[in-house]
Amino acid sequence: MDRAQIDAKIRELIEPFNKKEVAITEETTFAGDLEFDSLTVMDFVAAIEDEFDIIISMNQQAEIENYGQLVDAVEKMVTT
Amino acid sequence: MSEGISQPDQPVEREGDGQDLFSKFDPLIQQRHDLLSAGLTDPFSLVMEKVLSPTRAICNGRDTILLGTYNYMGMTFDPDVIEAGKDALDNFGSGTTGSRVLNGTYQGHKECEDALREFYGMDHAMVFSTGYQANLGIISTIAGKGDYVVLDIDSHASIYDGCAMGNAEIVPFKHNDIEAMEKRLKRIPEGAGKLVVLEGVYSMLGDVAPLAEMVRIAKSHGAMVLVDEAHSMGFIGENGRGVCEAAGIMDQCDFIIGTFSKSVGTVGGFCVSNHPKFEIMRLVCRPYVFTASLPPSVVATAATSIRKLMHGGNKRAHLWENSKRLHGGLKDLGFKLGTEEPQSAIVAVIMPDLEQGAAMWEALLHEGLYVNLARPPATPANMTLLRCSLCAEHSEEEVGTILGMFERAGKAVGII
Repeated sequence: MDRAQIDAKIRELIEPFNKKEVAITEETTFAGDLEFDSLTVMDFVAAIEDEFDIIISMNQQAEIENYGQLVDAVEKMVTT
Repeated sequence: MSEGISQPDQPVEREGDGQDLFSKFDPLIQQRHDLLSAGLTDPFSLVMEKVLSPTRAICNGRDTILLGTYNYMGMTFDPDVIEAGKDALDNFGSGTTGSRVLNGTYQGHKECEDALREFYGMDHAMVFSTGYQANLGIISTIAGKGDYVVLDIDSHASIYDGCAMGNAEIVPFKHNDIEAMEKRLKRIPEGAGKLVVLEGVYSMLGDVAPLAEMVRIAKSHGAMVLVDEAHSMGFIGENGRGVCEAAGIMDQCDFIIGTFSKSVGTVGGFCVSNHPKFEIMRLVCRPYVFTASLPPSVVATAATSIRKLMHGGNKRAHLWENSKRLHGGLKDLGFKLGTEEPQSAIVAVIMPDLEQGAAMWEALLHEGLYVNLARPPATPANMTLLRCSLCAEHSEEEVGTILGMFERAGKAVGII
């Protein structure tokens, strides 16, 4: 699975959580732009984990602020 | 190391106050100011001027029924408990002056740990200065870098703080969701150390965890299990050992954490375990080593109370009656509750929002009833709760009086 495919899948997964229908770019931030609270983060992360069969710990989440960083992190986990 | 973590965090841009480190609290300060300027009593500044019994105190000059303490088994005024504390004060003085590993271990600490071992039927017991420190110490010491801690998202702050201090990978799962927990356990890399942290009773909604199934799954994935039984000790289980006992999985739990500040009726925390190497914790657990030990009077009251709790069957039965009656009565009045059925001594009444919750809290106080106003971030899903904690010493009549108070206050505020 390449980055473009991962990106497309995550865009699909983020849709139900993107209540304000913010246009998603690489720079879109989860806390600032999307206004995700901790429960939304947990549900969204669980959806990604289930889709890619990976684990994203809270420690890793702390390093991921924007959408592009998330796609990069998932790509790294899926390909290693 | 990735580039991301080799760089220091960038400064946060602050408005107005420049480099004032307090500016991050401005939204909270504003919210609090807005609430109080509406003329409400500050729920977090209530002072009990005189405590009359486990269930009554003088608050703001008024005789008030206490329905917001954690004194589930009513031990704070038990004559034997008080006497033990007085004796210890007379014979051992008022304080220990130091840490358990240097100059702070007294006979009373040993006796208290003996009482805990006997109460739980476990090989080892370690007393901490608070329950917060017990979680902080045990979790941070056993789960370090490279280990994984899988925990319920609604876990207490002391559990999260213990995780943060230990540097393990932290993996939360949806509250009480067995499947979500199992999925995460399955994905942990082979060979990594695993700790599953659960609570018997969750303090905000008063709901009980499905421990039998969760612990079975955790063990089948090779994880160690820690259960915080702070809100169930003394009350739940045939001998008051908590939800683990009621679920029949005491022997599957590696660590049980608890507190003296709830059913035991004093202050302090503890961990009990059957792990053969457990005693080494006394030398490696920083929140145990680097803090002052509990004073002799406190451990004496705790030991006496714990020994009496073992034989508290009648009190447990009465407390269950209280819990069922209050839960059923509030439900009949039309309040929305945290659990469908009564599951513990905590009955959480869900408020529509913080403003109405604060107004209801104030109306109840005017009626002569003290409950806890719980709000985010302590509560799950941004809820505002009026949290009621019953006591085995509440009489049947008092529970009836409490229901009348809720009915009048609820109608006055327009919630029912």
